[in-house]
Amino acid sequence: MADRRPGLSIAGVTHRFDVLTVVEDVTLSIAPGELVCLVGPSGCGKTTLLRLVAGLEEVQQGAIAIDGTTVGAPGRHVPPEARGIGMMFQDYALFPHLTIADNVGFGLVKSDGKARLERVRATLHQVGMEAYTDVYPHQLSGGQQQRVALARALAPQPRVMLLDEPFSGLDARLREQVRDDTLHVLKHSDAATLMVTHDPEEAMFMADRLAIMRAGQIVQAGRPVEVYGRPASAFVAQFFGQVNQVRGYVSGGAVRTPFGPVTANGLVEGAAADVLIRPEALRLSPIADGGEAECAGKVLASRLLGRSSWIHLCLGGQGGHGEENEPAEGEVGHLHFHARVHGRFLPAEGEVLAIQLDSAQVFVFPAAAPKS
Amino acid sequence: MKRLDTTFVQGPTARVWSRLRPPHDPWTLSALVIALALSVPVVVVLASILAPASDIWRHLATTVLPNYVANSLWLMLGVGIGVTLVGVATAWLVTMTEFPGVRWFDWLLLLPLAFPAYVIGYTYTGLLDFAGPVQTTLRALFGWSKSDYWFPEIRSLGGAIAMLVFVLYPYVYLLTRAAFINQSVCALEVSRTLGRGPWRSFFTVALPLARPAIVAGLALALMETLSDFGTMQYFAVDTFTTGIYRTWLGLGEPIAAAQLAAILLLFVFALFWIERWSRGDRRFHHTSAYYRRLPTRHLAGGRALLAFAGCALPVLLGFVVPAIALVVWTADNIELALSTPFFELARHSVVLAAVSAVLAVLIALPIAYGLRLHPGPLTSFAARIVGLGYAVPGAVIAVGVMLPFTWIDTRVDGLMRVTFGVSTGLVLSGTLVAVIFGYLVRFLSVALNATEAGLAKVTRNMDGAARTLGAGPTETIARVHAPLVGGSLVAAGALVFVEVLKELPATLLMRPFNFDTLAVRTYQLASDERLAEAAAPALAIVIAGIVPVVLLSRALTRSRPGHG
Repeated sequence: MADRRPGLSIAGVTHRFDVLTVVEDVTLSIAPGELVCLVGPSGCGKTTLLRLVAGLEEVQQGAIAIDGTTVGAPGRHVPPEARGIGMMFQDYALFPHLTIADNVGFGLVKSDGKARLERVRATLHQVGMEAYTDVYPHQLSGGQQQRVALARALAPQPRVMLLDEPFSGLDARLREQVRDDTLHVLKHSDAATLMVTHDPEEAMFMADRLAIMRAGQIVQAGRPVEVYGRPASAFVAQFFGQVNQVRGYVSGGAVRTPFGPVTANGLVEGAAADVLIRPEALRLSPIADGGEAECAGKVLASRLLGRSSWIHLCLGGQGGHGEENEPAEGEVGHLHFHARVHGRFLPAEGEVLAIQLDSAQVFVFPAAAPKS
Repeated sequence: MKRLDTTFVQGPTARVWSRLRPPHDPWTLSALVIALALSVPVVVVLASILAPASDIWRHLATTVLPNYVANSLWLMLGVGIGVTLVGVATAWLVTMTEFPGVRWFDWLLLLPLAFPAYVIGYTYTGLLDFAGPVQTTLRALFGWSKSDYWFPEIRSLGGAIAMLVFVLYPYVYLLTRAAFINQSVCALEVSRTLGRGPWRSFFTVALPLARPAIVAGLALALMETLSDFGTMQYFAVDTFTTGIYRTWLGLGEPIAAAQLAAILLLFVFALFWIERWSRGDRRFHHTSAYYRRLPTRHLAGGRALLAFAGCALPVLLGFVVPAIALVVWTADNIELALSTPFFELARHSVVLAAVSAVLAVLIALPIAYGLRLHPGPLTSFAARIVGLGYAVPGAVIAVGVMLPFTWIDTRVDGLMRVTFGVSTGLVLSGTLVAVIFGYLVRFLSVALNATEAGLAKVTRNMDGAARTLGAGPTETIARVHAPLVGGSLVAAGALVFVEVLKELPATLLMRPFNFDTLAVRTYQLASDERLAEAAAPALAIVIAGIVPVVLLSRALTRSRPGHG
């Protein structure tokens, strides 16, 4: 895909509301048919970026181009209706006074009656809503409204599709189904799609590429496997879920942890470092009778979460690493860790297990400044 | 110094400052201009306090003013207690209990809103005074003569309080009812599970939760009480409104009248502030499509009968009885009712009301769009000024409009005479311009509220959706706004229309010479003790007054989809 001309390109866009900078020097391009997820905590500027692309906000600095044509730049604002984009809103924003068919056909005024009807029917068929043409939006369930909103945005065959938290209004079970359907529908179209979400799992499910946003800036972009496997910062590593965190100092090119030394990734000797260990990185195994483990932990609790098991471990009095932990995080005088084990693994409370570290899931970053 | 200041302006403060710059957009600008123009009467009245106290003012202050204040306070106390009891009790019965006919009472209880207080005052006087059917029947039944029995004098302070309670309790009912419905069902259920019975739950949970709504409804009812002129004048209860009328038209002292109006305004502003304060910053939106049926208590037997009577009584007294009386009297005088003078009156009323309604909607639209497109301190200030108008009594507005208009007219006339030797006469104060301007000051907020509510149905994202689907701004207005807001604009116009039709003191004080309307004629006929003849114009006003009640009750049904 990379060799194709970008369907959507955002270059150095910065946006301020009065004195508040909400989007800062964002550069991103999306190929036709590609789905990029913009992920970040709420208030990080994702939605503003989406509105800038849509033309609902005017670009103050930088440029936005669709199919190589600049549509938004300072002094050059192509209004949203002339951009050839489709946008799906978080609240769906269906027109309450129009039937489903008229909603979906809203953007098809340029085509004649028959072609329009045909397109409406085809798009509704695509989302499995062809039986509801004459119904009004308020008569539909949330999941059905979502499908109609998607169909309405897709009907004019936009070159760029924008989705703002498209699944946040749905309950968990329905969300998985709708998400799956939406992905297939979107991949079927050839639009360059930019989707905004705050849910990293949803982003990984949907995205060809991820762009992690924080405080208006894209802090890392890449394929999900890259971003997940090689997070560029502690923020990104933590974004995908709870991690174990240990603070230490670089000595001899490594940071000491309760699980043994971890390579310090070129940090300066003596520098403070945060070691982030994903729960999956802790490999647990029983200790044979009379055996000795390099590192061991006592089971505090173990829970089956469905596809995986979650084990609370306590590393205490084992080499006296307790004082290295941030006092606020650990148990008093102990280190509390979490391990995730695939499948069913439920060791008894109090059992002592040997722990090994999978270094591919361990990340070392310069220590973050203590929060005031 | 100024430069130094700006360096400290950061964050939210800077945002406020940057928004306080003079507005460049036409919406905000027009909203501000309209608001400032409409605030002139209130400013004039308040400024009259600065005018030197005349002899007449000193005379008023020592003789009648204490009486006005005392009567106003008694009225507010009596009406306040009455409307709270009736409004809250009926709201509770209708929302939280189940008895035969409860769905009907839901909207029947609003009907008294159709009666202007002065009409119900005349009607009950006609029914209850010495020559009226009630006392006549009593005398005939028991063979009494005039001195044989005691009968309460309807035309008294107590009678006035009763009349106002009959027609004003729906304000409390309406807001309290909405509060009970929107109240978290869980809060009540929690109270029940914690061992409190339904009655204690009502007093300890539901009532405190609904208190802001009750206070808001009460404040509205009391504002109407202070504004009332027709009932007070007819019942000879001296209050500020009657005082303004007498000082101005009787004594010919406009400045002293304005000073009285200024004191009345202080009362009104206090109520206005209480209403705002109790409502807080809450906005009422239909955010959730989810609806949960309230757990109603099923009443049976004697309790159901009591509940039925409790709801039926206000409807009977506030609507059914006076309506029947008006219909009977109109029928008795049918040839008079259908005569040319009546249609002349109706035509005057309808023309005035229609022109005001159309103007109000046309003016409300840019303000509503300004609020939507450029929310900020300037637009909300404009909206606040407009909203204030509804609280200002018609008599006060009349003074505030006529003083500057007369001043301008005499200046213009004098100038024209000196320079061109022609007299222009009273182009503003002597024509319908003054009346209509006064109506706009008072009722633009009615139009604005309805328009805003309509525009709120179009969410920002709907605008965005229309635009991204290829519709330009004009097309968006035509294809999305017009169909969604159109109904609300009609409603806005209808509400203003009816308000104008009912408005008595402003019309009475500002109308051009010999320009009578239904309301004015009703007042005049009643003053001349020709109550039966007053019935036809009064009935016409009441019938028109039913229109907003129907609109309201339709909105009520929609707010309660489970009972559609």
